[in-house]
Amino acid sequence: MLSTFLAVLRRDLLLAWRGRADVLVTLAFFIIVVCLFPFGVGAEPNLLRAIAPGVLWVAALLACLLSLHRLFAQDHVDGTLEQLLLSSESAVLWVGAKVLAFWLSTGLPVVAVAPALALLLDLEQGGLPVLVLSLTLGTPTLALLGAVGAALTLGLRGGGMLLALLVLPLFVPVLIFGAGAVEAELSGTGAAAHLLLLGGGLAGALALAPWACAAALRISTE
Amino acid sequence: MLEVQDLACLKGDRLLFRDLAFRLQAGDLLRVAGPNGVGKTSLLRLVTGLAMPEAGEVRWQGESIRRVREAFHGELLYLGHLAALNDLLTPLENLRFATSAVGDAVDEEACMQALVRIGLGNQLDLPARVLSAGQRRRVGLARLFLSAGRRLWVLDEPFTALDVHAVADLAATLSDHCAAGGMVMLTTHQDAPFARPPAVLDVGAFAC
Repeated sequence: MLSTFLAVLRRDLLLAWRGRADVLVTLAFFIIVVCLFPFGVGAEPNLLRAIAPGVLWVAALLACLLSLHRLFAQDHVDGTLEQLLLSSESAVLWVGAKVLAFWLSTGLPVVAVAPALALLLDLEQGGLPVLVLSLTLGTPTLALLGAVGAALTLGLRGGGMLLALLVLPLFVPVLIFGAGAVEAELSGTGAAAHLLLLGGGLAGALALAPWACAAALRISTE
Repeated sequence: MLEVQDLACLKGDRLLFRDLAFRLQAGDLLRVAGPNGVGKTSLLRLVTGLAMPEAGEVRWQGESIRRVREAFHGELLYLGHLAALNDLLTPLENLRFATSAVGDAVDEEACMQALVRIGLGNQLDLPARVLSAGQRRRVGLARLFLSAGRRLWVLDEPFTALDVHAVADLAATLSDHCAAGGMVMLTTHQDAPFARPPAVLDVGAFAC
């Protein structure tokens, strides 16, 4: 059971390493989107400080969305997905492994560079730990919800656009509590409630998304 | 034992075949025949459980494969049109993943021997994208040597792109598997030197 999980995780991380240009493109996209805001709204420090949590969260969300279509596409095209569906192990296991590998290779780098970009937008340093924590709890939720959308739109013409339409509404609560956590911390009310809700969302997504994703993959490959 | 009853297959809004039935017992080798587009691949996908039949049932040891999915898939090896090779991985990495992902514990040494035996000893460390069509096909077929424990082999056009020697080797491997009590179901348009002639199922006879 564990061997299937580890085999899929190890392979997907190896593939992410061999195809690291894709990972770097996602990261570069995240950085560029954040850097666009000072050009658009003007380099007024007070304004940038106020919008920093929201900007970082929206950029992280878009970066995740941009790479989601890669999650199952290659395996679908080359037939690996068929073989995985014929595994005697539960599909939930390897779907979980794939989503974990996806988050480690695209979500984690975004979380890692977020504090540097936060400083660029002059976010107060007291907000940095909460920003990192909220992204650490929120981006896996985005990956899990997005995986269901990616599985449903697999192999469809124009699937990328449909994927965005499907999952962006689902991302809204994560965005509200993620960006809200940093603002709550800075305004002095404390971020505990927001972070607990993000954690609850992650637990819920962990419990439900892999099953939904496995069912969607069975339909998509039929 | 594999048993197929009253199977009907719908593709898009067209019924490909209906009332298709056959039975496969230990030692049987079944060749699925018929012209292009008659539904041979669709039939194989229905038998593996990758697709759902419009009507009818596939049974393994007397039970519907929906009900005994895990046990059935533990006994099944399916090699489809797609070789399930990732271009960024070497044949060895691809083979190791293919076996461990479906739950077979196979060590690297055994995988390497299987690849050498299928004639890819010099390509072990090359990325799969530089392999020829026949070599890609062989990486998939190397799984046969590691799957003797799986009783039912379902192979979609296994002889495509193989040279004459490889075709003879593959036919011998399939005959050996049947002689050892396994079951093989395959589609092919070419004659292969099997130890004894396979039973033939003509899907065209059930076409609508």
